[in-house]
Amino acid sequence: MFKTAMAFALTALLAAPVLAKEQVQPEAVAEQFVLDNGLEVVVIPNRRAPIVTHMVWYKVGSADEPAGKSGIAHFLEHLMFKGTARHPAGELDRAVTEIGGTGNAFTTNDVTAYYQVVPPDALASMMDFEADRMRGLILTEDVIGSERDVVLEERRMRTDSNPQALLQEEVYATLFQNHPYRIPTIGWMHEMEQLNRADAVAFYNQYYAPNNAVLVVAGDVDVDEVRALAEASYGAVPRGPALPPRVRPAEPQHDTQRTVTLADPRVGIASFTKSWIVPTYRSAENGEAEALDLLSEILGGGSRSRLYQQIIVKDGIGASAGTRYDGGAYDDSTFMLYGAPQPEHTLADVEGAISEQLALLIKDGVTEAELESAKARYVRSMIFARDVQFSMAHIYGAELANGGNIETLAEWPDRIRDVTAEQVQAVAAKYLDPSLSVTSYLLPSDAGAQ
Amino acid sequence: MTRLFPLRHALALFAALFTLLLSLPAQAEIQFQEVTSPLGIKAWLMEDHSLPLITIRFAFEGGTTQDPVGKEGLANLMTALFDEGAGDLDSEAFQIELDNVGAEMSFVADNDAVYGAMRLLTEQRDEALDLFKLAIEAPRFDQNPIDRMRAQIVAGIVAAAQDPSTAAQNLWAQTLYGDHPYARRREGTPETLASITADDLRSLHQAIFARANLHVGIVGDIDAEAAGAMLDMVFGTLPEQPDLTPIADVEPVLGQELEVNYPLPQTAIYLAYPGIRRDAPDYFAAYLMNEILGGGSILSRLTAEVREKRGLAYNITSALLNFQHTEMLIIGTATRADRAEETLAVAQEVIARLAENGPTEAELASAKKYVIGSYPINELNSSSAIANTLVGPDLRNLGIDHLTRRQELIEAVSVADVKAVAAKLLGVKPTTLLIGPEAQPAP
Repeated sequence: MFKTAMAFALTALLAAPVLAKEQVQPEAVAEQFVLDNGLEVVVIPNRRAPIVTHMVWYKVGSADEPAGKSGIAHFLEHLMFKGTARHPAGELDRAVTEIGGTGNAFTTNDVTAYYQVVPPDALASMMDFEADRMRGLILTEDVIGSERDVVLEERRMRTDSNPQALLQEEVYATLFQNHPYRIPTIGWMHEMEQLNRADAVAFYNQYYAPNNAVLVVAGDVDVDEVRALAEASYGAVPRGPALPPRVRPAEPQHDTQRTVTLADPRVGIASFTKSWIVPTYRSAENGEAEALDLLSEILGGGSRSRLYQQIIVKDGIGASAGTRYDGGAYDDSTFMLYGAPQPEHTLADVEGAISEQLALLIKDGVTEAELESAKARYVRSMIFARDVQFSMAHIYGAELANGGNIETLAEWPDRIRDVTAEQVQAVAAKYLDPSLSVTSYLLPSDAGAQ
Repeated sequence: MTRLFPLRHALALFAALFTLLLSLPAQAEIQFQEVTSPLGIKAWLMEDHSLPLITIRFAFEGGTTQDPVGKEGLANLMTALFDEGAGDLDSEAFQIELDNVGAEMSFVADNDAVYGAMRLLTEQRDEALDLFKLAIEAPRFDQNPIDRMRAQIVAGIVAAAQDPSTAAQNLWAQTLYGDHPYARRREGTPETLASITADDLRSLHQAIFARANLHVGIVGDIDAEAAGAMLDMVFGTLPEQPDLTPIADVEPVLGQELEVNYPLPQTAIYLAYPGIRRDAPDYFAAYLMNEILGGGSILSRLTAEVREKRGLAYNITSALLNFQHTEMLIIGTATRADRAEETLAVAQEVIARLAENGPTEAELASAKKYVIGSYPINELNSSSAIANTLVGPDLRNLGIDHLTRRQELIEAVSVADVKAVAAKLLGVKPTTLLIGPEAQPAP
């Protein structure tokens, strides 16, 4: 609601299929090593500006929570700022602020990450703070209540106040019948209200250790220097208990088409989504994840995609139409179609038209020209990503936290180039069966705003 | 398509070269140069050859306030059409060509300016610049894309129409700005959008896109001479002077109490206080005051009292807003409905205390360190951010030495200065807005 006057994001406006030239892909210069205590480290030098991004990724997220304790991974992320014996609560925030840095943390289904963006000469100090709280967090009872109130307000703000977010939560809870991806990362309200100090301490003791973490340093640094600093700080942190294999409950066979509907007076235009469970880069075999990425791009990736061109440009019935594929999850994740009608058309019109486009692609496949330009766009996006230091740190951190390494990232453009039109058609036919999907409808209800 | 201009035989003239030296032993050094093209077009440049990329960002003064009465939404619609056909390329041909040359382009309008940006690969620089030039100089405004983009904007308006925050936003703008153009809706209404023609779009484009009101920032794999030639190639054929409708300065109307009652899980709370002009002598005192009150760091007084001590909200922030014709200080938060009254009371107590006693020496010292140190970190972390940094100050008529002067001006601010400006700005009764269920007693 209150944007600064200069707020402006350079959005990638993707355009279209024809004779894309093969791009030369300069190798991202990154180095990787492992400390004796099991901490994996990746360094991505970038000398343009006097800035360094320092991130610690823990290989634990909300999908690893004990039953009935939803939200504990995210709650612990908040509690990690409450201090240690050496650095009382607020000292890290103060240290980061004093040098003009930014610092924060985030939690997903699969990871919890902490980061600071600071001048290079503050890197040693940031490493000291993170190494210290890796095993040294002290949680007293008196910080629990008010911080729990903060995360409850966060849930009210992000989810409960937003009909679309509420419905999306229900889509995951319906799509995943057994796997914990069915549970929202922030937690179910009634379970969050019961989270306590003992839950947080148990989760922390089990998962926060160098042998379950990845350190990423990107920016104005030298690899040998980072190695020396990391040895001196993180190197002194004792290895934690051996972790059990990270195997989450698996999905049973899906046999039904399911629908979830939410009507809300705040909704002005109806919309729908249709979702399936599909493999991801970590769980897929034979290049299926790369093929799903290209399928998503060709079918609904931008203004040159089939859905946009057919449903918005040619038919003029859609206000929006597109696809989303989350290939970065640890386990099988989601492929989604979505759309909303122009005010004078119905939701059924748009849903029908999108289903028709999917059926057509499954039946006839994609053209070589479509495939080539989608590939060129993907490969190009890697060059553009290297321009944003934080994005680079994020890409490497996510890859390593999922068990990948700098080689798997470097090979990615070639794996994209290797995908054939037949593979794209095959993954669409294999995974996007409408009779096994979950469809969501977000509908207006009669009573509007008073 | 035909090549327009090869980039060569350019003699760029240089203004003084400034180096932003940071007070730390960094290996990286950022250098900003002012470039003046052979035709006299000025830009700020940060040359950087570490990646095969160039980012260009421009701003033309004259944004949505230039929409004629009854044609609200014109500038916003215009920005949706620059990549929908230009020169001899229709929408489809233009977008296919853009994809072929591997570039990204985007345009947006705010109250005071129209912005554009392009990110391109050095390898296909000239082909990409040809398209950028076409989009800026000769957008087609064909009926098909007009109708399509208009329909998408209308769908967005209809989609948001029932949301109480939409009603609140309109009430807020109208209360603060009355009949000033700042009170109007940036995206327009279905009725005003329906009345917009291709001729309206052409007139606005001609009125705004000129050289005298242009500001450009360039970052990346290009040297000063090539940058000068590029400026002439892309912008050289635009008219010298724009034809802008003068906009009056406006003071926001404060002291109002607004409520939008709606059964929501949270009550959102906003407060508007007077702001401070960017060229005021006590601007940096106010800037530091805002940082201490509720700025970018988690150490602000509002965050400490509302979030950290009491768990009333996930976040509470204050921000100084500076438009070309007005300024304000805005505070915003959201809390459980039955705690809204307490949250508002705590926030007002924090504000009153700062207005009365000013900051402590220690608070001011750490706020100074933060705003000096955070500048490079926030402004230099990507080509887009750097290009933004190069255009923003220029748009506000701050010279290229602004970056070095900024630090001196900040360091010169005293506790007494902050106390004085806090009394002046925060001692005023604000306009408040509450969106949520009707006030209810705490359980």
